[in-house]
Amino acid sequence: MSKVRLLVGTRKGAFVLTSDGTRDDWNVEGPLFAGWEMYHLNGSPVDPDRLYASQSTGWHGQIVQRSDDGGKNWETVGNEFTYDGVPGTHQWYDGTQHPWEFARIWHLEPSLTDADTVYAGVEDAALFKSVDAGQTWHELSGLRDHRTGPQWQPGAGGLCLHSILIDPEDPQRMFVAISAAGAFRTVDGGETWEPINKGLRSGELPDEDREVGHCVHRIAMNPSRPNTLFMQKHWHVMRSDDGGDSWQKVSGNLPSDFGFPIAVHPHEPDTVYVVPIKSDSEHVPPDGKLRVYRSKTGGNEWEALTDGLPQEHCYVNVLRDAMSVDRLDPGGIYFGTTGGQVYASADDGDSWTAIVRDLPAVLSVEAQTLS
Amino acid sequence: MIRVLLPHHLRTLAGVEGEVALDAQERPTQRTVLDALEASYPALRGTIRDYGTAKRRDFIRFFACGQDVTHDSPDDPLPDEVASGAAPFRVVGAMAGG
Repeated sequence: MSKVRLLVGTRKGAFVLTSDGTRDDWNVEGPLFAGWEMYHLNGSPVDPDRLYASQSTGWHGQIVQRSDDGGKNWETVGNEFTYDGVPGTHQWYDGTQHPWEFARIWHLEPSLTDADTVYAGVEDAALFKSVDAGQTWHELSGLRDHRTGPQWQPGAGGLCLHSILIDPEDPQRMFVAISAAGAFRTVDGGETWEPINKGLRSGELPDEDREVGHCVHRIAMNPSRPNTLFMQKHWHVMRSDDGGDSWQKVSGNLPSDFGFPIAVHPHEPDTVYVVPIKSDSEHVPPDGKLRVYRSKTGGNEWEALTDGLPQEHCYVNVLRDAMSVDRLDPGGIYFGTTGGQVYASADDGDSWTAIVRDLPAVLSVEAQTLS
Repeated sequence: MIRVLLPHHLRTLAGVEGEVALDAQERPTQRTVLDALEASYPALRGTIRDYGTAKRRDFIRFFACGQDVTHDSPDDPLPDEVASGAAPFRVVGAMAGG
């Protein structure tokens, strides 16, 4: 019988939540790496017991951990992230130029074809790659060296590369997103990149057709339809059907189109999930009601999913890497909150249950489907 | 023998309990002690000093014989008590955060 394993990163450690395919009862292990900020943990699609974890603190910097047995044992691997060549500068909050400085790994994305290959999206924004299971890392500097790099500006959370999508039909084709630069695409395995931000509108930018500078919070795709991308931007939920060449707004009837996470159903490529929050200045659910919104039409028409979620006095947020889906049928949808709850739905989002309620603030959730 | 006392998180990372004992050095300095520490415990590389520049991380401080030696030159000799093993070289995480 299939099993599901959730890899949960929090402000004060990591947790591994496991269940059989019914997803009724969950075993909670942790905290692992107690006291450390665990921005992201992720497993290899090739070898699901090969896990990678980003561990950091402001005191001691970045550590990378690897497990080869599904999280029972871990070992530290390489943590030297050196920008290629002379790093140069990017735009700072006040408009001046600021040197590129490595801060942390936001997202780890293992290769779809090789368990020893893994990508790391980092702050200040850059993409690193390891081909030796995390022992050594080298920058794919064609991204940071893009001619628009000096115009990239940090969002409130930093200049972070937080989303990495690999095209399953062509692993040389990848998409990344950076807050607040925008989305970028490569077709040569990361050597060269182009901005894919046409159609994005950001009210704070005087030039509406600006090539970069858009605060993209998250991008997502269903692997069966890699030309269709969904985006939760600072404001606006967006959709592209041409691999990012152009974007259309699909916010439709959402109560607010500000938010952080976005996820696509594992089997229905037009079924999309977001968690709206009130505004850029109030990162809380509208009306104190925690509602996941689901569109079965690829956007524009959204329904509130509330069964099992708190519908009063709820003021938590769901961060950009804290929503994930499994591969079972019906689809399992999961998200973690800044209040420490991890919610699970085993019926495509129709109903929700809190697996745990009192973890540290959840930074990331990754669902693994194990056979 | 050089004795080094690490903060909790670094002891966990290095997989040690209590103090770390390093081989005696003729004229130990911050740099030579940290070099030896990182050579013995590679998991600590980058956690006390930055890669490349070997610059102390902002929230790390160094103490010896009750004195804050953080801002001494990394090549200054450490006190005789540290060199002889009578006193530990302390790596301390600054009090900050929550």
